[in-house]
Amino acid sequence: MSEATLHQERAAAAVRLERVLVALGILALIAAPFVVYPIFVMKMLCFALFACAFNLLLGYTGLLSFGHAAFFGGAAYFCAYAVKAWGWPPEAGILLGTAGAAGLGLVMGFLAIRRQGIYFSMITLALAQMFYFFCVQAPFTEGEDGIQGVPRGTLFGVVDLNVTMNMYFFVLAVFLIGVFAIWRIVNSPFGMILRSIRENENRAISLGYSVGRYKLAAFVMSAALAGFAGATKAIVFQFATLTDVTWQMSGEVILMTLLGGIGTMVGPAVGAGLVVGLENTLATSGFPVTIATGLIFMVCVLIFRRGIVGEIYARWISPAAEGSERGKH
Amino acid sequence: MTTLFGIPIQALLGQLLVGLINGSFYAMLSLGLAVIFGLLRIINFAHGALYMLGAFIGYLLLVHLGIGYWPALVLVPLVVGLFGMVVERLALSRLYRLDPLYGLLFTFGLALVIEGVFRYYYGVSGNPYAVPALLAGGTNLGFMFLPNYRGWVVVASLIVCIGTWLLIEKTRLGSYLRAATENPELVQAFGVNVPLLLTLTYGLGAALAGLAGILAAPVYQVSPLMGSDLIIVVFAVVVVGGMGSILGAIVTGYMLGLAEGLTKVFYPEASNLVVFVIMAIVLLLRPAGLFGRDA
Repeated sequence: MSEATLHQERAAAAVRLERVLVALGILALIAAPFVVYPIFVMKMLCFALFACAFNLLLGYTGLLSFGHAAFFGGAAYFCAYAVKAWGWPPEAGILLGTAGAAGLGLVMGFLAIRRQGIYFSMITLALAQMFYFFCVQAPFTEGEDGIQGVPRGTLFGVVDLNVTMNMYFFVLAVFLIGVFAIWRIVNSPFGMILRSIRENENRAISLGYSVGRYKLAAFVMSAALAGFAGATKAIVFQFATLTDVTWQMSGEVILMTLLGGIGTMVGPAVGAGLVVGLENTLATSGFPVTIATGLIFMVCVLIFRRGIVGEIYARWISPAAEGSERGKH
Repeated sequence: MTTLFGIPIQALLGQLLVGLINGSFYAMLSLGLAVIFGLLRIINFAHGALYMLGAFIGYLLLVHLGIGYWPALVLVPLVVGLFGMVVERLALSRLYRLDPLYGLLFTFGLALVIEGVFRYYYGVSGNPYAVPALLAGGTNLGFMFLPNYRGWVVVASLIVCIGTWLLIEKTRLGSYLRAATENPELVQAFGVNVPLLLTLTYGLGAALAGLAGILAAPVYQVSPLMGSDLIIVVFAVVVVGGMGSILGAIVTGYMLGLAEGLTKVFYPEASNLVVFVIMAIVLLLRPAGLFGRDA
């Protein structure tokens, strides 16, 4: 058997293995609420979608946004306000939250893509902080208390979301739709151009792509999907507070992505599950979460840059394919 | 009482002084960030945490060892600088060949750990640090009352900024540093110990942050959170100034501090936002920053 066919065999085996793993993952998520506390799994799913949306930007376009909390938390506020104050049904509230996050992403992205690399990160951080101060002062966010007691309502006028299992399967659907959208974006011709920008921006420019427009489009999509997750979280927990718009939240989503594997499809979701689980455990132990988070950051950057899923890919599934660590430009 | 645009002139000058004080800290911190970035190509997210560390070490020296402000002014930068050098040797030096984003992420983690440790042991409330006896009280300038310590902070920060600028632009060590910024391989080939230079540079940046911290201790309360709130504003300052020039970082720091002070007089609600708004405007009009060379 020649070298080339051996390689193809391996690639095909990797794809088959991936499909089996994805199917098993979905089955596990369907079974999960019967085994684990459903609210906890819903929290994991919301953060998992948030992290996957973030990874669309960092992993596939090479842009490190330090301000994604603005979209996640902003959408939560928009959705919570529409549902509580205007009495909108949950699906309309979530759509509004998503659209609001996309609009916010358009403004922030337009400013941030004017600079590259490290400056891009600082600008997104500063703009998100500005949004945070806006949320502190704007009357509609109800300040320190946040918007409390948001009714879950009835989905499409049929499904009562106050029933925990209904809520759970709605969140699971949101998660799967969101991740499927990201998968489609990443594997489309558009996604290929994003990757070429990540690998070599100047070459993409010289090939005739208006890089700025592609970056902005990726930024808006990522913001909208992060908002989709944030708005759904507001419905699940029935509140929206300042916590979700802080810079710490922007840092947390970076950690989830880094831990799971930058530029891998399921890595951020795995990372999100671990971080949420860890925080849950630490909350009862009294050990400060920030110290643990900071330590994981440092260890990941120093010796574990591929992340969990990236490492699994590199070792067992398809060496030198996905999740390679990012070298020097 | 004299007024200007319907604002009492004393209130205006008072807020401008507050702005100048804030600007002094923006200038010192963005200067340190620019020095570190110039050579190491790392954005030091831990800069705010190092500043907080400086203030806290000063506070702990006073409370536990009875070491006062003046000795602390020397000891604190040394300790924080040494800490910085250890961090650089153990960790940052392993990240130079990678994407600069990893440096940002590592120092972000470091900032979380430092802040978390102090939060764990000292809570989030502020601890007062008394103004040293020599600088207590104030001086009546005729048109306004100037607390002596605040005047000292402005003078001290100017000395620090100009001193650092001279060190980098006018000394032999500074010339090595600038050369290594342009082309580290070549400078190494000329027999200059570049890795040592990198360690010293990060140490210098950290020491500057620590010095700013101990200077800030009597002005603001010493609290574990004092650094993280500040660092994001300083990032905006750095984006406005562009990190290409040391002088640019200093000037922008003072200017934005003053702008913030002025906003507090005319439209207090926006005083938290004004630096970010200026940043957005600069990005629209001059994406490379006011003093920036490259985008």
